[in-house]
Order: sequence, then structure tokens, then C-alpha cells
Amino acid sequence: MPKDNGIGASPKRREDVRFLTGAGNYTDDINVHGQAHVHFLRADVAHATINSIDTSAAEAMPGVVKIFTGADFAEVGGIPCGWGVTDRHGNPQQEPRHPIIADGTIRHVGEIVAAVVADTLEQARDAAEAIELDLGDKPAVVDMAAALGDGSTKVHEDLTSNLCYDWVFGNDDDAAVQAAFDSAAHVTTLELVNNRLVANPMEPRVAIGEYSRGSDEYTLHTTSQNPHVIRLLMCAFVLGLPEHKVRVVAPDVGGGFGSKIFHYAEEAFCTHAAKACGRAVKWTSTRSEAFISDAHGRDHVTKIELALDADNNFTALRTNTLANMGAYLSTFSTSVPSYLHGTLMAGNYKTPIVQVNVKTVFTNTVPVDAYRGAGRPEATFQLERVIDKAARELGADPIALRRQNFITQFPYETPVALTYDTGDYVATMDKLEQVADVAGFAARRAESEAKGKLRGFGVNCYIEACGIAPSNIVGMLGARAGLYDAATVRVNATGTISVFVGAHSHGQGHETSFPQVVAEMIGIDESMVDIVHGDTGRVPFGMGTYGSRSIAVCGSAMVRATEKIIAKAKKIAAHLMEASDADIELKDGQFTVAGTDKSVAWGDVTLTAYVPHNYPLEELEPGLEETAFYDPANFTYPAGAYACEVEVDPDTGKVSIERFSAADDFGNIINPMIVDGQVHGGLGQGIGQALLENAAYDADGQLLSASFMDYAMPRADDVPFYQVDHSCQTPCTHNPLGVKGCGEAGAIGSPPAVVNAVVDALQSAGKDVTHIDMPLSPARVWAAMNG
Amino acid sequence: MAKVSMTVNGKAASGEAEGRTLLSSFLREELGLTGTHVGCDTSQCGACVVHVDGKAVKACTMLAMEADGAEVSTIEGQANADGSLNVIQQAFQDHHGLQCGFCTPGMVMSAAALLKDNPKPSEAEIRHYLEGNLCRCTGYHNIVKAIMAASGQDVSSIAAE
Ligand code: FES
Ligand code: FES
Repeated sequence: MPKDNGIGASPKRREDVRFLTGAGNYTDDINVHGQAHVHFLRADVAHATINSIDTSAAEAMPGVVKIFTGADFAEVGGIPCGWGVTDRHGNPQQEPRHPIIADGTIRHVGEIVAAVVADTLEQARDAAEAIELDLGDKPAVVDMAAALGDGSTKVHEDLTSNLCYDWVFGNDDDAAVQAAFDSAAHVTTLELVNNRLVANPMEPRVAIGEYSRGSDEYTLHTTSQNPHVIRLLMCAFVLGLPEHKVRVVAPDVGGGFGSKIFHYAEEAFCTHAAKACGRAVKWTSTRSEAFISDAHGRDHVTKIELALDADNNFTALRTNTLANMGAYLSTFSTSVPSYLHGTLMAGNYKTPIVQVNVKTVFTNTVPVDAYRGAGRPEATFQLERVIDKAARELGADPIALRRQNFITQFPYETPVALTYDTGDYVATMDKLEQVADVAGFAARRAESEAKGKLRGFGVNCYIEACGIAPSNIVGMLGARAGLYDAATVRVNATGTISVFVGAHSHGQGHETSFPQVVAEMIGIDESMVDIVHGDTGRVPFGMGTYGSRSIAVCGSAMVRATEKIIAKAKKIAAHLMEASDADIELKDGQFTVAGTDKSVAWGDVTLTAYVPHNYPLEELEPGLEETAFYDPANFTYPAGAYACEVEVDPDTGKVSIERFSAADDFGNIINPMIVDGQVHGGLGQGIGQALLENAAYDADGQLLSASFMDYAMPRADDVPFYQVDHSCQTPCTHNPLGVKGCGEAGAIGSPPAVVNAVVDALQSAGKDVTHIDMPLSPARVWAAMNG
Repeated sequence: MAKVSMTVNGKAASGEAEGRTLLSSFLREELGLTGTHVGCDTSQCGACVVHVDGKAVKACTMLAMEADGAEVSTIEGQANADGSLNVIQQAFQDHHGLQCGFCTPGMVMSAAALLKDNPKPSEAEIRHYLEGNLCRCTGYHNIVKAIMAASGQDVSSIAAE
């Protein structure tokens, strides 16, 4: 019987009822009395000098409250970058100022040039049209290789070049690495593109700033994955406000996928403008604005080389990547192509020598930052594609080649700085072969061929590093923040519990899964436990939700705080039963004295904590509330194996996904239903990247795919039912729940399987195709077949 | 500004609208029915689907004035009379057909329109019908499954909850 309560159960999600009845409270659903609306005038050219801005006609338009330009923000700070990467020569990354409103130069289409605050949104828009701009056009820097060439126009005149940093990781002895390649029996080389994507959570970003003259306090409602981080960055680095005077609230948030981690100009603007205008200021992004103002993801160009010995053992791996930063450094941008990517290049394999080379580049495009997986999909894609290519070149079975090179001993220290604590890659591959029915593929291929279609099978493995990670280590690597999390467990007199968590739920179902843990630990019904999240005014502190960290890091903090609660409650119970607290056991919400039939109930103890008449006041404070901060000892390492089966129409090049199977090892699982859903969603996005999505710029820096008409989001008929299995479970060895995190796996593990499958299909028809760059649109597949 | 009146979820409702006011804005801003969501400005996402005179309509593609005198149903009016979830809503909860919930009102309204015309749609018919409804969270698996379940079909053989 599956459990219906506590850890491992799949209770229905409690948040669903409000979402299914239209009772959610998303930021745009909030209207503040007397609010004004801001419309941002955004650049429609990629690179230009602003010679002058004339706002006088606009200021005279009906309803206009105030118009802001770059000059109004010259005295405040720029948007900070949260990670400083040191380059191969020991120098810091180049870090340009990232202004709230363009300060004399426009550097990407979509950059804010002026902000019009008016009584209504329509008035603000109408007035923005009356602003007169005198621009001096400059050549747009779009192509990364050209941007690094001699004589390229610079995106930032005050920097030495368009290079942000030139970084090497792993084995940095070039001669030793080259020697490994020189002595290899076989070398496989692949050049590939990891296509630029737009996260596109279905809810566009929104910000509402408020200021109270009476209390000198600010409130910002914003669509954020991490309200405390936004408060810290905005107060300390941008606006110079005291943190205790600023409350940041992220209520129901309609998806994030990374794009709502970062501190954005619009948040600081609305907060600042609320005081300057003397009334609340609201901004709701349109989808068109989102495409040119939300940070984009991916956009790497890589050459990868894999060396093998005569027995097909991997002996060395070398990569050279150009990674696009866009025009400015978004909050976590510099960490993505470096530490979130280079550290994963060993994958699931015991390759002894790994060298990762990355150049990050400024271009006149929207800033690029973390998108679901963040660096790990880029690593996985290169590695799993080059392995597949090697298998074909060597005539080896792609599954067998992977199995032969699997890491099988744990803990395992990789040549790229990680220590995998646990895993079982053989088990997940065994499981995958079963779930994907590898044995039945030949028959399915024959059926497809009978219909005139090509059928291909592709497999890949992945590993990710989640629950980032010990603060002292990430600090050494350049992180400018700690990466712990916090939880406060507040037990009420009647025994119900509010848990204030630093993680933020924007689709992950924390309101259901987190209480499962606390309820299990105490032995009470889940309905007695609620979580509170997304409000710096209520939650003491937290680093938010990204990098599949919520249950591994914040969940661990919640466990620690609950342990403190239980320890104190046992002392109270011991006093009530005149026993020693060492003899008290807690089970099913009852405290008993071991070996006796004496017991008191949870509710008796909690009431006593708040009505301390019979209470050891000399030793114990009244009340029952505890906080814990949890700093993880290591990353967690979810891993697995994925398989994709495609049909390709040889006449049109259209690819359809016929089967997709996933075998994941997430360690212990709190709520299997939610975990399945997380994997499904990641698979949808990974298949989207592989087949459909592409943020394409033209040579002038115009985003060509800047709406849902041009940017192909995956739709229901682009994807199949997925076969998802997570029965392989090697629990994480260093956090109290043994959990690893599951939020990004699907997006990390799926693109290579899709491409491997399409290449397999084409090769089955005798086509000499070894690679096609994503997205595998019909045109690209057809051209590869016929070119 | 002109006065616009309609029946919304069975009750008379009226408010002020400009000529350019969209039905989606009118419902959200003027009537306070914020369950109807706006996810795009090109009529692609379907977060705004409502029923107008019994037909599924993207509320961002219709002017409020065009709906003057119409019968409009929104997500706020979908639950059973006793407040419990209706069959479609319940199936979405039972089968984890939503995550962040932003696409959900449109999905539920589209599903209702589909099941009215086609009480037992196949998987392929559901996927095809949802062409105008984007979801970024679920990968669609559990949405399709929930709609099949809501139509009384056995979904126990479809992999994973
Ligand atoms: S808001 Fe109506 S279709 Fe997107
Ligand atoms: S549940 Fe988030 S967009 Fe569908």
C-alpha cells in the first residue's frame, strides 16, 4: 500500500484548489490604492549613443506623473553581478556598470531608455510616444567570434575588449593534455551550438513599488524566485536603502525556470519611483517586453574533443567554449559557463584528464543567465553528443561504450573539482533499458519503415550538481553570497505549525511537500502544518529556489529546526511526566516514557509551552519556535539515463518524438507525484530546446524570434506521454533527508537523447550525418539529409 | 468610456470600458475577476480563455464592448454549486495537471469546451485541441491525462502520475 501521509506519499496538492478556482494571488492580481503605472520606453536598436532625450512634450501629456531617464539614476548603483570569476591568468572578470536606465549608451534592443509614470497605463504609453530621442547609431556586436576579433566595436568603451573572462578549469597543463591526445588510439571531435533560449514562464514579470512616508518603509511586490536575495541586492548595491526598511513579497509566481532569480532594473525602478512619485508604481511586462528584457539562457558554441585508448576507455576530454553574456552581467551570469558547467564535464565517466576552456563574451544582446539546468545542460549536451559520435566512429554500441566508462566507486573525486558522494549509473542504465524497451526497438523501427518513416533511438546519461553548496567553497570560487538556507518552525499553542521557509514555490508544490516532512517527523496529520514563503516581512531569511535546491537545502534547514522543536518538546513532556528527557520517545504525536505506559499528547505539550504553569521555567524558555540555518556539506548529485525514440519524415524532415523514457536517481523522494511532474516539465523544455526553440538575432542585433508567433514553444502535440521511473535511489549521504533534488534533471538530460536519436534515424537510411545543431527544425533536418 | 454590461458566471455585471479595452482587461481590472490570466500579447498562449455565449474565446482577442449583453463564464464560475471542484478541476488536481497554475484557468476552460463537443476525446484529439494553450511547467503529460480522466476514460495504464 502506498502511504497516504508523510514522506513518500503523494497527497493531492493543497495549492491546486486556489489555482483551479481562479483564487490564486499572482502579482498582477494585486492593485494598490492610488497606484500609478509605468511604461518603459525601450531601445529598438542594439547599439547607439544617446545624444539627447527630450521629454518636454511627453511631460505635458494627460495623466503623466513623472518621466525618468538615465540621469535620474546616475547617483544610484548599477545592478550587481553575484559571481566574480577569476581568469586563467589570475585576473578578475571584466565587469561593466549595469545601469537601471541606459546612461548615455544603448547596448541591447529592449534596454530601458526612459520610464513614463502616469495615472493609467494607456496614458503612460501614449506619452512615451511623444519622447524625442536623438541617437547616434553604432555598429552592433552580435557574433561572439567576431566580437573577440581585433578591431571589433566594443560593447563597453571603458573595458579593454569584449572578453569578460578567459577561463580554464580541470587540468590546466596544456602540454600534458595534448600528450594524452597525441597518445590516444582514437580522437573524436565535434563542434556544436547550444542554442540560445528564452525561459518564458507563462506569467510575465510584474513589479509594484510602494513607499510609506509615515514609516519610511518600502514594499516591493515582485515575481521572484528569491525575495530575500532581491531585497539584499537592491538595498545594498543599487538603491542604498536600509534592508530593515524594505519588504519584498513574491506571492503566487507563475513559473520561473531561472529567469525570475535575477535582480532586474524594473524592480529597483518601481521601488525608487514609488518614493519619487509619492504613490505606488506598478509595472506588468507584456510578453513582447519579456522577450527583450528577461535574461536569456544557454548560447554556447563549443568544440569538444574526446580521446580513447585502444580498448575504448576514455582517456582525456578537452573543450573550448564561447559563451554569450549579452550586453551586461546579469546576477548569476558569470557562474553559469564556468563553475556550473566546467565542474560537470566529467559526467558519469571516469575520464582521468579533463580540461575545460571558456571565453565569455559581451555582445549587443539581452543579458544571458541561468535557465533550467544552467551550465549543466550545456555540459551534458557536449559530452553525450561526442560520446555518441565516438561510438559511431568506432562501431561500438553507444550504451555499452557508456557502461564501460561509468564511474562505479563512490565517493569519487572528479578531475573537475567535485566529489560525487553516491550514485549507481549501472542501475539507472539497467532501468532505462527496461523502461525504454530497448529490446523492442528493432520491431518498432520495422513498423515505422513500413510506413515510409525513419526511426531512430538515442540514449544519454546525465549528472547534475544540485543544492549548491558549501558557502565557504563557493565563496572561494567567486560567489558573492552564501548558499545556505533557513527555516523557522513556529508551533502554536494548539499544536498547529507554521513553517517559514526561505525557499520559494512557483510550481514546485512546496506547500504540499514540505509539510509532509514535518508531519512525518512529529507524527501528526499534514493538515496541521502550513508553510509560509515568499515574503521577507514574514520569513526570517532565505536564499530562494533555483538549482534544484529547495528540498535538499531548505528542506534540511526545516528538518534541523524541527529537530530542535522536538528536543525542546521532549523536555517539556519529561517535566509533565516527571521523567528524564532522555527517556522520552515521540511517535504518532504522542510522547511516552520509554518502557512505561505514561504518555502526553503533542497538543498537551504545545499548550504547556504557551501556558507554562507547570513548566521548568528556570531551565527552559516558554514558547515553541525554532530557527535553523543549513549550509550543505557538498552538492547533491542526481543522475540518470534517458532514451528518446523519434520518427523522421524523409520527405519533409519533420521529427516526431514517439517515446521518451527517463530513469532517474534522485535519492530519497518526499512526494513521487510531484517528482514525476518536475521531470515531465523538464522533458518538455528539453524537447523544446532540441526541436523547436531558438532565440535568433540578426546581424543588427534585432531579436527575430521575439514573440510566441516566432519563438516556437513546445505545445501539447509536440510531445508524447513520457515514461518516467525513479525507483533507483541512492540516498544523498550528507543531508538529513537523503534527497538530491529533481527540478532540472529533465531539461538537462533530454536534448542529447533527442539529437542522438535523430542522427541514428538518418544514419539508418544511409545518410552520412553526424550532427545537426539544435533546434532540429524540419528545414535543418531536411537540409542535413539532402546536403 | 462607455458602460458595458454582461452576465458573468450567471450574475449581471457591468463596468466602464474604453473602445480599446479588451475583454481580458475588463474582467480583471473592472470586475476584479483575476482568475483569467494574460500570458501574451499575440493571442498564442490561451491563459485567458473564457466562454462567451457557450464558446471558448481568448479574452485577449475580444473587445469588452463586443461582449456587451453576452453570457460570459470564467474560471471563477466553474466549481460546483456547493463550492467543490467540478469534474475537470478535480481531475486536474487528482492527476497533478498543474504546477504554477498560471496556464490552468485557460486549460480548464478549454478542456470544458472540448468535452462539450467531444465527450470522449482521444489523446491525439486532446493534444491537437490544446494547440492554443501553452503550459511551460507540466510538459503537458498530466494535463492530457487529466482531461482523459475527466471524460471518464481509464488512464491507469498511462505511465506515472
Ligand atoms: S493572453 Fe490571450 S492568448 Fe495569451
Ligand atoms: S502550470 Fe505553469 S504554465 Fe502550466
